[in-house]
Amino acid sequence: MRATEPSEKTVRYAAAFFDNEHDLMAIAAEARLRGFVIQDVFSPYPIHGMDRAVGLKRSRLGWIAFVAGALGLISAILLQVWTSAYDWPLNVGGKPFNSFPLFVPVMFELTVLFSGLISIGVLFMMNRLWIFSKKKIFEGVTDDRFVLVLKQEDASFDNAAAERLFRKYNAIKVMEGDKFV
Amino acid sequence: MAAVIRDHTFNNAEEEIRIQGEIDRITAHAVYSPLREPLIDESKTCSDVTRDISSLIEQPPTRGWWILFGISFALLVGGIIAAVNTVTIGIGTWGLNKTVGWAFGITNFVFWIGIGHAGTFISAILYIFSQKWRTSINRSAEAMTLIAVMCAGIFPILHMGRPWLFYWIMPYPNTRGSLWVNFRSPLLWDFFAISTYFTISLVFWYLGLIPDLATARDRAKTKWRRVFYTILSLGWNGSNRTWSRYETVYGVLAALATPLVLSVHSIVSFDFATSLVPGWHSTIFPPYFVAGAVFSGFAMVTTLLIPVRRVMRLEGYITIQHLDNMCKITLLTGSIVGLSYLTELFIGFYSGNPNEIFVILNRMGGPYAWAYWVMFSCNALFPQLFWFKAFRTKIPLILTLCILVNVGMWFERFVIIVTSLHRDYLPSSWAMFIPTITDVGLLVGSFGLFFTAFLIFLRLFPVISMNEVKGVLHYARD
Repeated sequence: MRATEPSEKTVRYAAAFFDNEHDLMAIAAEARLRGFVIQDVFSPYPIHGMDRAVGLKRSRLGWIAFVAGALGLISAILLQVWTSAYDWPLNVGGKPFNSFPLFVPVMFELTVLFSGLISIGVLFMMNRLWIFSKKKIFEGVTDDRFVLVLKQEDASFDNAAAERLFRKYNAIKVMEGDKFV
Repeated sequence: MAAVIRDHTFNNAEEEIRIQGEIDRITAHAVYSPLREPLIDESKTCSDVTRDISSLIEQPPTRGWWILFGISFALLVGGIIAAVNTVTIGIGTWGLNKTVGWAFGITNFVFWIGIGHAGTFISAILYIFSQKWRTSINRSAEAMTLIAVMCAGIFPILHMGRPWLFYWIMPYPNTRGSLWVNFRSPLLWDFFAISTYFTISLVFWYLGLIPDLATARDRAKTKWRRVFYTILSLGWNGSNRTWSRYETVYGVLAALATPLVLSVHSIVSFDFATSLVPGWHSTIFPPYFVAGAVFSGFAMVTTLLIPVRRVMRLEGYITIQHLDNMCKITLLTGSIVGLSYLTELFIGFYSGNPNEIFVILNRMGGPYAWAYWVMFSCNALFPQLFWFKAFRTKIPLILTLCILVNVGMWFERFVIIVTSLHRDYLPSSWAMFIPTITDVGLLVGSFGLFFTAFLIFLRLFPVISMNEVKGVLHYARD
């Protein structure tokens, strides 16, 4: 799920609607095994195991959170040591200027703050979640519908096979369209 | 992973068996235990959940809501008057004196910060421990947390005397030198801990809200509703790519928020523990404060949710089982608090330090003894009734006990702060603290702010996390 993000510009697609997660998961797995290209699947709640069914790799966001946390930690150390011991050392209760153990609470807090905010920011950027977003929203996905979207990338897309697959898993509705943004 | 075949064939029997095996393997985890109790009313479907929860914010407010809002808002106005009084005249309007320099203000601060511990405990720690029952209550508990932290923040800011110079606590390059803040002071750690806690709790809450805001957007009938929820839902479309990263970040935030929850009240307790005042200077304070915070927070969530589930008809979502679980956590943390009280007593006497022993005897038998015994009975004794199932499942009993815990936890902070200060090392400076009308006005006003903001939350946002509840509908089915 990194560099291989499919371009979502002007691709014809076929979308099938289901009413439960099990059909969606099974058809996603079968469609991928039979060589269809899955644009994406949509659901009202996260479905565990779906990443494996559609063949998504593990997200690297955990590492980003770690690096961001390390950044916060380093910033906190530099900020406190520099201000307290170098820029204007003040004698407070006879404590050493660089009273490192007393800097630990702020180090911890800034680690958490940086890590949390940066991971959320990266999540929003990677998924293009922002206030003027113009994404395609399939009807009912935020209610109780589960949608599989197959990409019809070239002439080799086998309509009959796709239809058979949709029927096998009791699709409620099938629609086609282009310009998937 | 086995090779993918290119031509969508359905003919080759051997291939078919292989594909079917692969599908079975991928979908195999979807096995549920029939022995588990269902988390919510068994007859609900996904669309029921959407309709039940969304309709609460789509219908006009009921008369009951307006009445409650009117009362809360009146209290809030009282608090605003008290705050204006404090700022325009000065801290002299509070009942403080040279001996008791911290009293109601800091008591309220610590009390509200403690209340603010339940939400993130539920959303982070219970998430890490896969406690699926949290899904029905996490949204409202997190909202409560944010509001409680706001209520808490007011008090130290007012206590500064010149609240408009509040930003001086931030380490920014300034024209006074730069004169930097004192990073060795627990009061400064407080600032970092609470602002980080508020920020992380806010983004955590908002992240959980986005899919539900998208539901509200898709159901919106009027233009303004659509604009409001479209902006807030950030174009959420339920795509699996988004869900996948969303879940990762949710897990990361939960992992970060778990130690954060524990750190906030630990750092608040350092305000006391790092001083040399008898009754404050104690290494037991961090765990004791954290347990007390979770204890009071859960009691407050329960106090709020009992009327909410009744008035909004959410009995199918917030079941007796949920209340039972919350009572159990209240019992556990309450027992830790009780144990801490006893440990404090023991260590006080065991230390042989006459000042420590005096503070303990003065708490139990001095002029504020009534406050000590209110605290002790409400926090250490009454919650022990939660050992009995009847007290965890009968609504009036739960509500009574939880309100007692709230009262007891407010008095705990009062006892710690005032009884330690009012009779210190120098008997000639002993004094009593008597709250003024401004003190009481600010306390009542903070409750006004709390309930007003909570009632507004109930009108604007789905009170139960729809997407998470939908995810656990099948918990005991299939």
